[in-house]
Amino acid sequence: MGCGLCEVYCTVQHSKSKDIVKAYNREKPRPLSRVRLEMNKPVSFAIQCRHCEDAPCAQACLTGAMRRNEETGLVTHNQDKCMGCWTCVMVCPYSAIKIDKEGHIIAKCDQCTELETPTCVANCPNSALECKEVKP
Amino acid sequence: MPKYVIVGACAAGTGAIEAIREVDPIGEITVISEETCPTYSRPMISDYVSGKADLEKMKTRDDQFWQKNAVQALTGRKAVSLNTTQKTVALDTGDTVGYEKLLIATGGKPFIPKMEGTNKDGVFTFTTYSDAERLAAKIDVIQAKKVVVIGAGLIGISVTEALVKRGLQVTLVELQEKILSLLLDAKSSDIVENAVKKAGVNIVTGQSVQQIVGKPENDAIVGGVVLTKGEKIPCDLVIVAIGVIPRTELVTGTDVKTNRGIVVDSNMRTNVPDIYAGGDVAEAYDFILNQNRLLPLWPLAVLEGKIAGYNMAGKTTDYAGGTNMSTLKYFGIPIVSIGLANPKEDPALEILVKHDAEKKVYKKLVLKDNFIVGMTFLNEIERSGIVFYLMKNHVNVKKFKHELLTENFGLATLPPSLRKRMHIGE
Repeated sequence: MGCGLCEVYCTVQHSKSKDIVKAYNREKPRPLSRVRLEMNKPVSFAIQCRHCEDAPCAQACLTGAMRRNEETGLVTHNQDKCMGCWTCVMVCPYSAIKIDKEGHIIAKCDQCTELETPTCVANCPNSALECKEVKP
Repeated sequence: MPKYVIVGACAAGTGAIEAIREVDPIGEITVISEETCPTYSRPMISDYVSGKADLEKMKTRDDQFWQKNAVQALTGRKAVSLNTTQKTVALDTGDTVGYEKLLIATGGKPFIPKMEGTNKDGVFTFTTYSDAERLAAKIDVIQAKKVVVIGAGLIGISVTEALVKRGLQVTLVELQEKILSLLLDAKSSDIVENAVKKAGVNIVTGQSVQQIVGKPENDAIVGGVVLTKGEKIPCDLVIVAIGVIPRTELVTGTDVKTNRGIVVDSNMRTNVPDIYAGGDVAEAYDFILNQNRLLPLWPLAVLEGKIAGYNMAGKTTDYAGGTNMSTLKYFGIPIVSIGLANPKEDPALEILVKHDAEKKVYKKLVLKDNFIVGMTFLNEIERSGIVFYLMKNHVNVKKFKHELLTENFGLATLPPSLRKRMHIGE
């Protein structure tokens, strides 16, 4: 339905304060949502990193910042190693990688590993989002 | 005798090790590398010079990478010759290493044009960590103030930005009329040129350096350059960044076929059984030009190495190909440029452009029969990946081509059938 709550919850989850008011009003720059609401009425859906098995971003990464964790199956991004070269942005077929203009690095979905369920999924009022493993 | 021998431990070599280990966990792997440092990011060496990155940050794999993959690493050694009948590689130490499967991933070396003065103290190339280390140290030791960078391609622009960040005064000399001419069209090149000039860089185009001259007090030390038209520019250092050429010396005199680089098939095999090549030394497939060519780009080198590794280990895998594809991050302008982004005049090509001078956004698509064959996105690059997907997967974009350049373009703009194919799971 295109409410955009997934973006709000993602922003808060990736803020320092984990508080919606503080995250939106006080944190400069405002933390980036790693999920993006794609809208072209009547179509709307949320897109975030698919954690591809043969991840083009991890393969193309110039620095080793983007790696696929073989144990968890997640594609992880190490901010300390990122040089902000945007190569992953170029090769992600879903354009699920965001540019953090302030930090000159990228930001993407980490599947909220510290939570039981990713926050966008847990808080989607219409249960439109789910987190599951699929084989293409 | 090791089962697999890999000459070169950079992008392609690393890709090959990982692929081999996916298929064959135990077959012995030996890597021969001239460099003594661990596998690191060559595209990051400009960040080393600017002070933004140290070697630790530059490492592309952790320190145990070789041990974890049970690789015998012969570092600081050079493979000097190859015997394709005996199936051995000779090292500079006099030792020989036998192989069952060999990958030549020797990469490229900087091209240095024939001109007077290239042997002077203060002339640098810029491709390896040791180049960056020596350059950074030299700047400090001689308190360098002025630098001339020859070549305004990716490497030239990256080192120019690093030097500017260190407070040096840079003159960038480019033989072509425009900077970054292999990647960008005139319009986007101008946008970058303005930003580079704004940062205080002196840009000279349409000229080259004809001679590097010494200092008046010591001719052996760089004191300046003389341009083609005769103008002299004083400087303390010269960086030659004209391009790289494949390091094919290892196969010279053998029956391994070379053109400009080593010729390979879609499995990254050379014409000689059990010998593979990948990375900057090889001529691999370009899916836009539909032919093999040199494409010395890091992500493609990793991928070519990976494909070679699979095939060496017995998992037959075809290389889907790459094309001229680069991103730029320099001077505050993010750019993605792929394929025929700057084609010659051709009535068969359709060109769509969006230029918003106020927002400093420039986007261009080059289409042939409604298939994307080239693209440049400047300053608004976040959705470029979807467009690259359409290009790479040969999707006919006739029905939505005008949407591709709009600000709101995204996955939701694509036809439902295509979204289904992409497994978006909406």
